[in-house]
Amino acid sequence: MKIHEYQGKKLFADFGMPVQDGYIFDKTEDAESTIKKVQQDFNTEDVVVKAQIHAGGRGKGGGVKYSPNFDKALENAQHILGMNLITHQTGESGQLVRKVYVTEAFDIAEEYYAAITLDRGKGMDVFMVSSEGGVEIEKVAAETPEKISKVWIDPLLGMKSFQARKLAYALGLTGDAFKAATKILMQMYHAYQSIDATIVEVNPLILTTDGRVVVLDAKVNLDDNALFRHKDIAAMRDLDEEDPNEVEAGKFNLNYIKLDGNVGCMVNGAGLAMATMDIIKLAGGEPANFLDVGGTASAETVKNGFRIILSDKNVKAVLINIFGGIVRCDRVANGVVQAVKEMGLKVPVVVRLEGTNAKEAQTILAESGVDIIPALGMKDAAQKVVNAALGN
Amino acid sequence: MSILVNKDSKIVVQGITGSEGQFHAGQMLDYGTNIVAGVTPGKGGQKTLDDRVPIFNSVEEAVEQTGADTSIIFVPPPFAAEAVIEASFAGIKVVVCITEGVPVHDMVKVKKVVDQNGTRLVGPNCPGIITVDECKLGIMPGFICKKGNIGVISKSGTLTYEAIDQLVNVGLGQTTAIGIGGDPIIGTTMKDCIELFEADPETKGIVVIGEIGGQMEIEAARWAKDNVTKPMVGFIAGQTAPPGRRMGHAGAIVSGGDDTAEAKMRILGECGIAVAESVADIGDLMKAAMEKF
Repeated sequence: MKIHEYQGKKLFADFGMPVQDGYIFDKTEDAESTIKKVQQDFNTEDVVVKAQIHAGGRGKGGGVKYSPNFDKALENAQHILGMNLITHQTGESGQLVRKVYVTEAFDIAEEYYAAITLDRGKGMDVFMVSSEGGVEIEKVAAETPEKISKVWIDPLLGMKSFQARKLAYALGLTGDAFKAATKILMQMYHAYQSIDATIVEVNPLILTTDGRVVVLDAKVNLDDNALFRHKDIAAMRDLDEEDPNEVEAGKFNLNYIKLDGNVGCMVNGAGLAMATMDIIKLAGGEPANFLDVGGTASAETVKNGFRIILSDKNVKAVLINIFGGIVRCDRVANGVVQAVKEMGLKVPVVVRLEGTNAKEAQTILAESGVDIIPALGMKDAAQKVVNAALGN
Repeated sequence: MSILVNKDSKIVVQGITGSEGQFHAGQMLDYGTNIVAGVTPGKGGQKTLDDRVPIFNSVEEAVEQTGADTSIIFVPPPFAAEAVIEASFAGIKVVVCITEGVPVHDMVKVKKVVDQNGTRLVGPNCPGIITVDECKLGIMPGFICKKGNIGVISKSGTLTYEAIDQLVNVGLGQTTAIGIGGDPIIGTTMKDCIELFEADPETKGIVVIGEIGGQMEIEAARWAKDNVTKPMVGFIAGQTAPPGRRMGHAGAIVSGGDDTAEAKMRILGECGIAVAESVADIGDLMKAAMEKF
């Protein structure tokens, strides 16, 4: 799960990290009062107006504006709220800005990068810092990898202070700023651990002209599997930032991702679902979605799956590909027949059922009288559904 | 021969009285798996599954009383990590964790513990292991397998069944099929399994099924290039997956570099593995590779 910058900073602040803070507004009429409150509470004339969307690259896209005075801040705030922000992470369609964060501003001397994530290969968390903050870290990694320093953290020991010191030295810090940064890096690790994050990233972490170290941005992704032990964080989920169909699918324990093609597919198991998308492409079609119905493909699941797939108007044909293990194919077949009868489907449906009770399933489909195209094997199924989508 | 489990493996089922545990333990018994014990804290002393399996309060007790050496875990995600650690400390040699949805921070610690204790963990979030006609230690449908000499390794459940089905259709049976799981941290890697199959005299060919995300397939392929003498076929799911989106499995996400399907397929090919571009070709390719070999 992703959360917004302002939420991430709130979590960081709970662990003692000094963050650049401010207030949020989501209605134009609140812009003025929010800016005034930030100016008053943080004792500042200049502020920063920041779009809150889940994608990165907000600054480059025009969603983050330094504002030297109230009038400029109001102008920026009114412009950013409701804008369609396009960044390298939103794709061409962009993302509507529904929340704006007005924060205090700092005079920046240096910008650094700090992040913790899992190193899958090593099976350990890795803490990375760079003296090249404020820019895309992928670029730094590609062009000047020597400017990134890493420490790997023993899972049973946790991060040790010598490791935090090593990272702070790598940033070139000295004196009080060094001490402050060491403390912040430890706090950042504790936050990462405590909230079950999959990534925490601060870009930039800044050194101000008066020698303070401050967190200027927060990217926090959480492990969905661990949200059961973080009810407060789970409540931070912003459904406006997610695809409505994917949210809807989630309610029925379906795992759906919309793609750009015209061949819908419904499959049990994530690996087989991906392989089905791939073979649709090889057969000359384009998959319209990823949909894993999981281990329980009942009539209800199939119906909801159809509904979600067909809410995408590009879909011209649907392939159901089930390899019954624990799932019994005869039950799936009954579900398909029932769903097709009830919903009166307007697009051709190709069905491939293999595994447990596959023969019984084929009989059920054949005798149902509903207009379903049966297929044998994945190659046959892919070819048939692509032909159907092309209107052949 | 086979790998990891066989007819002599003494199985303890952790979480045997839960609905998943009950159902699958029953299926495993029906397959002929040698289940010697179940564990549900608080239900020790009872019996389950038509009095065929005694229940113990802890894995330690089950090991002491029955000599169990292999475990399968069906406990819910919040308790799965501790169940693995309990099995490891009780001296269990092979632990299969079926549970889906184990928090990754838990798994990072578990992985370190099992490595230190020398426990072989398979999973989590996996279909388990089947040594054909001997031991079904998992949730896969046993009837689709046929005894033979191909080893199957896969990150995904139903895709494993698809591969097994294709192998059977071209006349190739299996020694052992193992689903290693698609989570970011798993106990046994693809390379570990290849190493075991290479050392198993009965296994004559190996199928590896990977997917987008991570570097495991690449590590496995590079190792195989220098160490494997048996013909291998590979398939990578997710050629059409968009970058940055998690495709079901927590680990199946393209985050840049060598973790795309395209890159993995290329490197597998460079390492001498016959790569199936289409999932439908896995069986045929293995057959061709076995004939050529």
